[in-house]
Parts: sequence; C-alpha cells; structure tokens
Amino acid sequence: MTTKTIEGFTVEVNEEGFLVSPEQWNEEIARAIAREEGIEELTPQHWQVIRWCRENAVNGRSPTLRQITAGTGLSTKELFALFPKGPAKKVARIAGLGKPEGCV
Amino acid sequence: MLNGTENTRKMAFVCTKGTLDMAYPALVMGWAALGNGVDVIMFFAFWGLDIIRKSRQDHLELAPVGNTSMKLSMMGLPMENAGIPNALGVLPGMTAIATRLMKEKMRALGIPPVSEYVQMLIDGGAKLYACKLSVDMMGLKREDFVDGLAGIVTASDFIDMTEGAQIIFI
Repeated sequence: MTTKTIEGFTVEVNEEGFLVSPEQWNEEIARAIAREEGIEELTPQHWQVIRWCRENAVNGRSPTLRQITAGTGLSTKELFALFPKGPAKKVARIAGLGKPEGCV
Repeated sequence: MLNGTENTRKMAFVCTKGTLDMAYPALVMGWAALGNGVDVIMFFAFWGLDIIRKSRQDHLELAPVGNTSMKLSMMGLPMENAGIPNALGVLPGMTAIATRLMKEKMRALGIPPVSEYVQMLIDGGAKLYACKLSVDMMGLKREDFVDGLAGIVTASDFIDMTEGAQIIFI
C-alpha cells in the first residue's frame, strides 16, 4: 500500500491504483482518476453511476455491473459506452471503491 | 475480428457443450473479462449452439444420470456423500427436477438466465460466432440464433480472428 497525491489530496492506494479508503475520495479526485482512465469529462450520466455505486457499496466495494444497470436503469450498452474497456474496474476506481466482489 | 488496440488482452471461448452446467462457465468468465477491459470472442460449436439458439437457450438441462458430482444432499436429503443412483436418474422427470433445482439456486444468487446473459455479453461488446460445420450438420439457419450473433464462420476463420488470444475450450 502506498500514498499518492491526486489533485493536491494525499490518498492511500493499493498496487492497482484503487483508493483504499472510500472516505478519502472527493469529486476532484474522481475527475483526475477518470482522466487517467481515458475519460476526459464526467457527464451527468457518469456522476449518476458514480453516486449510485458509492451509495450502494458494500464493505467499500463497488456493486457489480448487473447491479449497476438494475439500480440506475442504464442499459448494459450505455454503461459500456460511458466507461469503455472495462467498466467494472473503471467505475470502481473512479468512485474511490474496491473492485466488485460478485461475478455478475 | 477483434477491434481492440494492439495491446488489449484478448480471450476466446470455444463452447461445445449444451448442458445447463456447461453453458455458464463461458458466460461468467466472458462477462468478467469484458468488465476488466478484455476483448472477448465466443465460438459456439456442436451442442454449444444451444446456448445461442433462440428456441433452446432457456431450456438447457442438467441430467443426474452419470453425473457423479450430483449428490442426494443437493436435493435436500441429509445424505452428505451419497450420489443419486443412476437407476433413479433414469426415471421420468428426474432431469427436470435436477434442472429446476439448479435454476432455483442460480436465481437466488442473482445469476441471469442464459438468454439474458448472452444479451449482456453482446451488449458489452463480445463477438459471438456460430460454427459453420455444426450449423450445417444440424440443419440450422441464421434466424435460429440470437439477433446479436456476429456471424456463422468456419474453424479456419476462428483461427484467423483469434491470433494472439488466450483460448479457453469448454
């Protein structure tokens, strides 16, 4: 575990770059991690997913993709378009949560 | 073809079985791969075609006959390691009972039915192909398969499109 400075905030991250403590997260950190993940601008739909995941995180872990689509009403296609190439990991990282625990 | 960038990891699943228990491994792993940014190809051959056949995909079954992993305890009987006798397994309705039990367990865990899972994979960007030889042998047509099928291709096409991919045979 190491510390990292993102947008002037010092946060603890694990070896894969996920925040260790969800409470160290804020919106500026989210925007910075999103840019690292290739998402230049977080739209209201991105924020809808991020907020829903933070509200429904269990033990600091992000919900699964199917839980996200069921919970937000977004389709699988929309979710993959918002967070291309690996939404499960990207959503979790940007939302300052751990990787989902479930398989679906 | 896979349309990822050069550096993207690729996985290809060859699905040859049409029983309920053998349909899920590729669906679960393929979905996990997509979630992690891995390009996914799925090639359905022989009985595996049932997974993408509209009329069959939600009617896959699990037979207790000859299945040494299925125990009476799975049917709620307090017999730890006692198997389901093959002589019982052949009775009419036993396959239906075993299938229903497995489906109930999966539903309780929030695992989607096969048709929904296949659609999730298609929507998530997986490329699904049917094996031409198997399709011809079984006298099937394009319209027998799910709408999102990327094509009916030969084994040679599959080899071409999976260059550099990790291949998993199920």
